Amino acid sequence: MNQWKNFSKGLIKENAVFVLFLGLCPTLAVTTSAINGLAMGLATTFVLVMSNLVVSLIKNLIPDKVRIPSFIVIIASFVTVVELVMKGYVPALFDALGLFIPLIVVNCLVLGRAEAFASKNTIWSSIVDGTGMGLGFTMALTVLGAVRELLGSGAFFGMKLISGDALLLFILPPGAFLALGYLLVLVNMLKEKTA
Amino acid sequence: MEYVIIIIAAVFVSNIVLNQFLGICPFIGVSSKVETAIGMTGAVTFVMVIATLVTYLIYHSVLVPLDIIYMRTITFILVIASLVQLVEIILKKISPPLYQALGIFLPLITTNCAVLGVAVLAVQKDFNLLESTVFAIGNAIGFGLVLITFSGIREQLDLLTVPARMKGVPIAFIVAGLMALAFMGFAGIV
Repeated sequence: MNQWKNFSKGLIKENAVFVLFLGLCPTLAVTTSAINGLAMGLATTFVLVMSNLVVSLIKNLIPDKVRIPSFIVIIASFVTVVELVMKGYVPALFDALGLFIPLIVVNCLVLGRAEAFASKNTIWSSIVDGTGMGLGFTMALTVLGAVRELLGSGAFFGMKLISGDALLLFILPPGAFLALGYLLVLVNMLKEKTA
Repeated sequence: MEYVIIIIAAVFVSNIVLNQFLGICPFIGVSSKVETAIGMTGAVTFVMVIATLVTYLIYHSVLVPLDIIYMRTITFILVIASLVQLVEIILKKISPPLYQALGIFLPLITTNCAVLGVAVLAVQKDFNLLESTVFAIGNAIGFGLVLITFSGIREQLDLLTVPARMKGVPIAFIVAGLMALAFMGFAGIV
């Protein structure tokens, strides 16, 4: 029961993007299509789960003062793994996500969970927490990507729904800010209804 | 002339915040007051230029000769983290007033993706040392310009009646979207 709470809080109640406003740079930058959002979300989830796992394993070995640098090294190692694997197996996706793969290192969500959760909890709880938070992040990116793709190129996960031009603005940078802004308004409306 | 083009491109055409989506966290987080925005700009400019310079030198004199380019991400983030610490210690010693002014913003910069982003971009774009430095300065100006303008707008926004659901972050994003729209007007000038 307790583990289920650990898992589900990251999905909605403490959703990284919509509620905590963490990891906003990749959220805005890569969500030009649903598939890009999904891929970025899964890559971040992998790093999040693995770094949570390792941090909770060695939490008693790290002196308190060098805590943050140690976490950063752990996270950077897993990011490098993701970078090399993606470059090798899905080069097209790697090019589409570009700069934002190495930048998972500075995603405040990953470091935030290592510091706020994994360094204080058991291994199993940390893995569950990382998975929940990561999937919540993935969901947010996929939703934003789907909305922008639908409005901006009239397609859904790459399937063309309308022929001709759509609202190109939503694929361009301003559209990212506008789409996320209005999605947050929607989230607030839903919160009012359930409250 | 070449350097002027790099600066104009970094400040206006592919603005680091509104076009490249780097440094969104401080852009939303510390932009509610003009004063804090200026402090943050100062700290970021300082660290960004030094970090780009140092990471450039390490990349070309250590990582490339040893053929360990895949260590780039780890090396760069460690350099930036220790640099921030170093800058903090040095500033405390030689210029207490500046330290007071930038103090609280310095630790925040380690996780500012704009710093790592510019360092990685400078290497990816195959700039030479001088070009990298100019590129970092241009991006720092672009960051400051947008952050300070945006915080001015947000100060005005506090005085207006905004629908309750849009208060705070949502309206900030919509304003940022409109700013990005305005900056698209610069597309194609270089």
